[in-house]
Amino acid sequence: MIRFIARRVVSLALTLVVASAIIFLALEVVPGDPASIMLGVNAQPDTIAALKEELGLNVSRPARYFNWVAGMLHGDFGISYTYRTPVRDMIADRILISLPLAVYALLLSTAIAFPAGILAATRRGAVADVSIMGSTQLGIAIPNFWFAIILVAVFAIKLQWFPAGGFPGWQDGFIGGIKALTLPAVALALPQASILARVMRSSLLDTLGEDYIRTARAKGLTTRQSLWRHALRNALIPVLTIIGLQFSFLLAGAIIVENVFYLPGLGRLIFQGITQRDLIVVESVVMLLVFAVVMVTFIVDVAYAAVDPRLRKR
Amino acid sequence: MFRRICSIVAFAATFAVSAVQAAQTDITIGMQLEPPNLDPTAGAAAAIDEVVYANVFEGLTRFASDGSVKPALAESWEISDDGLTYTFKLRSGVSFHDGSEFNAEDVKFSLDRSRDENSTNAQKQLFESIETIEVAGPHTVVITLSAPNGALLFNLAWGDAIIVSPDTFDLAKTEPVGTGPFKFSRWVQGDRIELEKNPQYWGTPARLDKVTFKFISEPTAAFAALMAGDVDAFPVYPAPENLAQFEADPRFKVVVGSTEGETILSTNNKQPPFDNKLVRQAVAHAINRQEIIDGAMFGYGTPIGTHFAPHHPAYKDLTDDSAYDVEKAKALLEEAGFEDGFETTLKLPPPSYARRGGEIIAAQLRQVGINAQISNLEWAQWLEQVFKGKDFGLTIVSHTEPMDIGIYANPDYYFQYDNKDLQDLIAALTLEPDDGKRTDLLQQAQQIISADYVNGYLFQLAKTGVANAKITGLWENSPTQANDMTEVYWEE
Repeated sequence: MIRFIARRVVSLALTLVVASAIIFLALEVVPGDPASIMLGVNAQPDTIAALKEELGLNVSRPARYFNWVAGMLHGDFGISYTYRTPVRDMIADRILISLPLAVYALLLSTAIAFPAGILAATRRGAVADVSIMGSTQLGIAIPNFWFAIILVAVFAIKLQWFPAGGFPGWQDGFIGGIKALTLPAVALALPQASILARVMRSSLLDTLGEDYIRTARAKGLTTRQSLWRHALRNALIPVLTIIGLQFSFLLAGAIIVENVFYLPGLGRLIFQGITQRDLIVVESVVMLLVFAVVMVTFIVDVAYAAVDPRLRKR
Repeated sequence: MFRRICSIVAFAATFAVSAVQAAQTDITIGMQLEPPNLDPTAGAAAAIDEVVYANVFEGLTRFASDGSVKPALAESWEISDDGLTYTFKLRSGVSFHDGSEFNAEDVKFSLDRSRDENSTNAQKQLFESIETIEVAGPHTVVITLSAPNGALLFNLAWGDAIIVSPDTFDLAKTEPVGTGPFKFSRWVQGDRIELEKNPQYWGTPARLDKVTFKFISEPTAAFAALMAGDVDAFPVYPAPENLAQFEADPRFKVVVGSTEGETILSTNNKQPPFDNKLVRQAVAHAINRQEIIDGAMFGYGTPIGTHFAPHHPAYKDLTDDSAYDVEKAKALLEEAGFEDGFETTLKLPPPSYARRGGEIIAAQLRQVGINAQISNLEWAQWLEQVFKGKDFGLTIVSHTEPMDIGIYANPDYYFQYDNKDLQDLIAALTLEPDDGKRTDLLQQAQQIISADYVNGYLFQLAKTGVANAKITGLWENSPTQANDMTEVYWEE
């Protein structure tokens, strides 16, 4: 097991090194330099040169790459070119919105998907199954930004139950924060719940057809008992994998929904960083997301191996 | 007993009613872009001035909403007869938001810092003619110029020329300390900036206690925020297509004003075939301005025939020189030897005036045989390829700086117009302090660039804002990019 973990750690480190190099190179070839964007069209060449000097952009590329990586190892992500504040603080602010939003959306999506998936699997072919599968089809097909706009139109403009967007900040109260995150979380959760419900249903149907379920039924358990005691636990493995993937997606992929609700999350930070060529912010946030995804995968791998010794050989 | 209860109820009722009727003293203003920092001397982003200009920071002079230049921190000034020495008498009893007193040293420090060799001021050219700045007393500053500059007072009104204190200037990016009617209070990055009233303000105090600027980039989200009441006003509303709906809604009013934005079809005067004046003239006659204003701007915008703001007293209406005339355009192209037309590039930055306007212009040019290949660029790419690299045939952009006809005197400017007559004229203009003569020179300059068809002159960008119908005092026009909140209040 220790050798397995050691192998995984090495591959994790390599992944991160390769990822950092790709991110840095990809952003270096993007046209446009931050200094001229900040100073606009009237700036004189010597002003731009002075700002470049101040921002440390005159240092050679390899040196900047190594400074960046070395800084990150110390937890120092550098100073944003445009905001002139430490990137670490900016990320810390934004993650206080993105992380709760991802967790909130994931909780909503599982809360919807589990009962729906189980109901559909146990009532296979019945009205409940057909209608649930029909609505999940719709849930996957509806683009979440469009759904978000509809939610705003109904719950913010018409009923005025929730704000149309923005985020008051956690220091102004937990309730206000949750209220601001509710519509975005619902918008994000709908397609995720639809996917998850379908996975839940098919996985449960597979296990319900297994021999051990027949055995359980033969030894006298009712359908319900065999479902809860045996089928569900086994059916959960693929479902948990999907949940893990969805979590990384929700953390990084909420850009469009964040824009519709003008939430200052990580997605919008990247978006803003790209348009202003605040490359250090983009690089650092993307790197952080890569790190998060790689870590989640690592933990899942180790957990699988711990549960199932056969996997350690791989 | 019963009477006592009655009177208590009555008292409570009046109290409740008066509490409801008391005018609101806070306001939330929507803006499309968040400023990268709050120091107007360290960046060109319009959003910086939109938050702090006239609210937090002030300069020696300032722009009023009609575009005129008014005294601000300088109470009055005297100009020597040769036009080289400006003696400014500063206001006394003015303090910065941190309590420290404002005096002549602050002025010298601020302006010297902006014109310094290592300065990162985006509009350094504003200070170019200044030779020295001397402190001649606690409230007197003498500015000496190397050559007369008729635009000095105008230049000092820009946001880039605001006065900071040597003790707090380095805070300006994140926690600005100025002399204005509002103090900076909080910045929740990505979401909003909050200002509060400065009770120690030297001038007429603000009527609002609190101003919040909220940043909403998506046009649909801006619409929703106004409709839901999350935002009280959007002075530069990003989606003109919704304006009719707001106009029909009694809860809102639509505020239409002018800006300093000359929207032009910039033409690369050095790239063939645009180095031929006949071709540029043909392009000018192929353009139907009203069609572009209606199609791209939903009818908001004033046609222009030269690079000058129509609301300015020195403006000359030259739109007839380049009136829409397809036959004439075709004839001109034939004369220039392009009877079969030609191919060129049309590079469009992100704003909707460019993207929507570009489609319409491409269609109009096609009618005279010019095939303009559209490519959409982001701002960063546009700056790199078009503005710096001069790699373009045509592009559409709004020049939002006030009184910027001087750019035509710079042959290295991205549209590369090189005309000695105009350069001499602008040089003379810079030295001319007399208003009447300045007007004359300005009109000559407008005439020259119009007659040379340097660029396709399209329209003056309108400022279209939406506000709650009860809000009074917002700037209608936009002489500089600012949201001066000093005189804004809620009607009962």
